[in-house]
Amino acid sequence: MLYRETGQFRTSYKADMAVFPIRQDRIGLAIILLLAFVATPLFGGGFLLSAVMIPLLVFALAALGLNLLTGYTGQLSLGTAGFMGVGAYACYKLTTFFPEVNLIVWILASGFFSAAVGVLFGLPSLRIKGFYLAVATLAAQFFLQWCFIRIPWLYNNNVSGAIEAPVRTLFGMPITGPHATPELRYLVVLSIVALLTWIASNLVHGRVGRSWMAVRDMDIAAELMGIRLLPTKLLAFAVSSFYCGVAGALMVFLWYGSAEPEVFSISQSFLILFMVIIGGLGSLIGSFFGAALIYGLPIVLKSLFPMLGLSVGAATIEHITFMVVGAMIIGFLIVEPHGLASIWRTIKQKLRVWPFPY
Amino acid sequence: MLYNIFIDPFVQMAGAPDLLVQALWDGLVSGVLYALIALGFVLIFKASGVFNFAQGIMVVFAALTLVGLYEKGVPAYVALALTLVVMFLLAVAVERVVLRPLVNQPDIILFMATFGLTYFLIGFGELVFGGNPKAMITAQLGLPRGVIDVEMLGGRVSFQKIDIAAAVIASIMVAALAVFFQKTRIGRALRAVADSHKAALSVGISLNQIWVIVWFAAGVVALAAGIMWGARSEVSFALEIVALKALPVLVLGGFTSVPGAIVGGLIIGVGEKLGEFYWGPLVGGGVETWLAYFIALAFLLFRPQGLFGEKIIERI
Repeated sequence: MLYRETGQFRTSYKADMAVFPIRQDRIGLAIILLLAFVATPLFGGGFLLSAVMIPLLVFALAALGLNLLTGYTGQLSLGTAGFMGVGAYACYKLTTFFPEVNLIVWILASGFFSAAVGVLFGLPSLRIKGFYLAVATLAAQFFLQWCFIRIPWLYNNNVSGAIEAPVRTLFGMPITGPHATPELRYLVVLSIVALLTWIASNLVHGRVGRSWMAVRDMDIAAELMGIRLLPTKLLAFAVSSFYCGVAGALMVFLWYGSAEPEVFSISQSFLILFMVIIGGLGSLIGSFFGAALIYGLPIVLKSLFPMLGLSVGAATIEHITFMVVGAMIIGFLIVEPHGLASIWRTIKQKLRVWPFPY
Repeated sequence: MLYNIFIDPFVQMAGAPDLLVQALWDGLVSGVLYALIALGFVLIFKASGVFNFAQGIMVVFAALTLVGLYEKGVPAYVALALTLVVMFLLAVAVERVVLRPLVNQPDIILFMATFGLTYFLIGFGELVFGGNPKAMITAQLGLPRGVIDVEMLGGRVSFQKIDIAAAVIASIMVAALAVFFQKTRIGRALRAVADSHKAALSVGISLNQIWVIVWFAAGVVALAAGIMWGARSEVSFALEIVALKALPVLVLGGFTSVPGAIVGGLIIGVGEKLGEFYWGPLVGGGVETWLAYFIALAFLLFRPQGLFGEKIIERI
């Protein structure tokens, strides 16, 4: 219906291998980007931007990072929040030492620190795999969180033990601290997330992504085909941790404003893993769907009860949210083990061949 | 520095053997509890190949149900029986709602489903019984309380009676499970299912029945662990994080081995306590949160299948 592909011929190999081979997809993407970059900051309002859109983008970036590792390379990781924390603390230290350098530079640079830590904890992945590896990444999670609490140097010997984003400016306007406008913060987050998503899309469509997927599908077979396992897996760990680190830095500096070590606890790791599963393992757009669903659901539930005229305590709503999220995960796995992204693919296929059934 | 790491702790150990015995005992006791949780994992993994992440939360849920029922005015032993019924219903529900529709899916999908179960049980338990920490009804269940102090090695070592009871109950439970697996008809069926689902089906073993039995057995183990643990601290969902410690235990012992779970639990428990007591102060304490994972990791690098695990053979 929406897709009429008549007349769109792919005349070169390059056109055939394009990320968006269908013209309507390209138009749709342009519209989405336009909406996100222009319409949302213009008409969104402070609450929507700072309480819905920024968190959503941050979580989507973290989920994207985990998806590269778990979805594309098949290495189950439960240490996402730890790697996010490394990014946040690295960014905090860097901007403390070099306050005059632009914060954006440090946010991106802090990703390299968490990438290095990710490689370190990814080293066992050559020897152990599957659930055993999950335990190894748990070691990373707990050890890193312990570091955030026990090493005062990381939080500049604050009495509170928390890190707080100092005021930094971009083009003369504050992007962190109390005077930063939601619009500007949102645009910064959106630009970084869009840039990194574009890079990830190119990565997974290229040689690197293909070798990741080969390792995921059967690592011994991949090795026999000439893919060197150690560099491939470590690269996946590095890229994934880079994304998580940047997400963590964005989270502390452009969303929370300050953070305690508890922000990077194991439950945060699980939450991001849920986003990846519900969104769809091995799908970039799925990471966004998953983040929207898992982050959006509690907000919807919270506003749903007053709308229905029921007065329910905040604690009860939280419990019900837990139950709904749990039930939804099971339900999704039963109905569609490949997540929201797969549902989207089905819908798209239906639209392409409409009005015919197939 | 090197002296502090490699020599000084042992000097301390030799200097105060009573403290060493106390630390060892504490480690062994928490090791028994880790082992009990890990045992539930192993039971389910052996029979259905599901890595049941929800085992930790089942421990909390069982203990919470017991205490919650007692608080509602049910006598202690009746509450115990009712909790067993609840765990059975849970097993049936899990089999019907989660396992049956997901049969023959990849392991990772089933693992994720137990994640969902974890969340559901957390929400459900808190909704029904409230989120506040509760005290375990130790005395009402006839479990011993108090401390035995023993003079030994030039010092005083204290043993909690409940810890001794926990060790005894855990041993009985392991023995009972061993007999159940080796000698009974159902146990044989369980082992058959563990070997091969398809072969078991073809000789007329009902997978669905087996799964209910296994999940119920894991529920009973969870209840025992929950009571013991609740008696040591209190019943709350904070236990969930502690229950994650069962993962390094499993890794150490191997996912499919009952003795592995026990030995792994003891090694982790003792290693963690000694590490915290003698080496912890060097880095500022609190190493208990991650030491277990590093011990397990160190073992994994040399034996990727765990101490007692079956050798992993991969085919293309």
